[in-house]
Amino acid sequence: MRMQRRDFLKALGAAGVTTTAVSALPGCATTAGNTGGRVVVIGGGYGGATAAKYIRMWSDGRVGVTVVEPEAAFVSCPLSNLVLGGSKSLADITVSYDNLGARHGVKMIRDTATAVDTERRTVKLAGGQELPYDRLILSPGVDVLWDKVPSMNNADAQTKILHAWKAGPQTVALRNQLTAMPDGGVFAISIPVAPYRCPPGPYERACQVAWYLKRAKPKSKVLILDGNGDVTSKGPLFKKAWAEEYKGIVEYRPNYVLTDVDVATRTLRFDVQDNVKADVLNVIPPQRASAIARSAGVVTSNDRWCDVDFVTFESVKVKHVHVLGDAIQIATGMPKSGHMANQHAKVCAAAVVALLAGEAPNPAPVLNNTCYSFITDRNVVHVCSVHQYDKEKKTVLPVQGAGGLSPGMTELEGQYAFSWARNIWADALA
Amino acid sequence: MRIFILALCAAAALLGTVPLSAQGGDPRLGRSLAATCANCHGTGGVSVGEVASLAGKPREEIVHKMQEFKSGARPATIMHQLAKGYTDEQIELLASWFAAQKPAK
Repeated sequence: MRMQRRDFLKALGAAGVTTTAVSALPGCATTAGNTGGRVVVIGGGYGGATAAKYIRMWSDGRVGVTVVEPEAAFVSCPLSNLVLGGSKSLADITVSYDNLGARHGVKMIRDTATAVDTERRTVKLAGGQELPYDRLILSPGVDVLWDKVPSMNNADAQTKILHAWKAGPQTVALRNQLTAMPDGGVFAISIPVAPYRCPPGPYERACQVAWYLKRAKPKSKVLILDGNGDVTSKGPLFKKAWAEEYKGIVEYRPNYVLTDVDVATRTLRFDVQDNVKADVLNVIPPQRASAIARSAGVVTSNDRWCDVDFVTFESVKVKHVHVLGDAIQIATGMPKSGHMANQHAKVCAAAVVALLAGEAPNPAPVLNNTCYSFITDRNVVHVCSVHQYDKEKKTVLPVQGAGGLSPGMTELEGQYAFSWARNIWADALA
Repeated sequence: MRIFILALCAAAALLGTVPLSAQGGDPRLGRSLAATCANCHGTGGVSVGEVASLAGKPREEIVHKMQEFKSGARPATIMHQLAKGYTDEQIELLASWFAAQKPAK
């Protein structure tokens, strides 16, 4: 029986080439050169870049893909806490977009999408250009909800009190505030109520700041003011690190829901708890899907997130518009992570290629998540999970009994974390 | 009977006439399953980091290792947790796909 199955799979493998070739003949000959249709991707992060590359790859170049991205290069949010800690530089976590064009024929447009017309199926760019699409993929990331921190709702305050929750200039600026802080100072991190981008990120950040302080300014402290009732990810592992590796440096306080910031005196105000003043404030405000998602009319959950059909990642509300990454309304147990955005992108890419060829998408997608957090500059812990589509519940659910945490931090996992970064960056961009 | 159905499915796949969802053996399933591994093992199973490449590895070897991860027989940092999330059929599909890829240089 095993032999027969093997032969069958071999036969199917061989048939795969034929099926793809046949499916290419009819279809949507909408643009010259890209006979398989036009896809516009908004956002060149972990979700958007991966979707662009995989659509080109899996359509054998038949589907034309344009990516709209305002930044000149990809800067990784994962590993950016190491830049804050000082063991890596911004250059170490920056990757060029060049290979998407050179190797995969993706058209990169450096601009910002300002509006989506879902009737005419066009995207308007800040530069005035209008891009038509057969399928639109929004991987726009998150915007900060400044109205939840009213005194921060102006440009001046935002240059003084930083979130650094999008890797780039803010990461470097926060690093500079940290290095300028006198020994004996307090670095306070405010964490929003979940869901927010990268659940373990703020706790990893506390570790990296503490790693720096332990060596450079040992009398200083890191104060974590968490809007949640407990650590939202890898709790036991982070608490162990704060109790042992960073004993006397890191203090964790749950149930600190931020209501505003006094910018001049660097004071945090909370709904119930007393005010906290610190030398450096890192305010990570609540977030929602970026503004372009609102323009496309795909924000459907709590006025913040976009509900999608997990078979295709198409919006449940607007046809031909797909949403990936941190902007979606997550399924149970699904974190807003770069790794997960990459996994969204591949499910979506396969579905978009199938749909544009007039075929049915894979009805049972599988996704996984692997998230490494750096406790020191080289000792790392992970959390992982596998998510299978449930046809009855029409959602993806974590597989019970699979996934889990590291038993403790190790250097081996540190090596795997750096390897993960190289591979996922290449998977999206090389 | 089983062989007959399989033969029919294979024939249908060759002709591209039956909806893929009805075949129970869409060749792109293996491809998509394998793509879930690419974040750590590289696009197409060609790793650019320290984690092992899977492209061109014998199917039996990948299945065997995955089953050992799944049962706990093979110690690991993370794979014993991830392998448990895939069904035996999914493991066979992704292993077949990786085995058919050009090995890493």
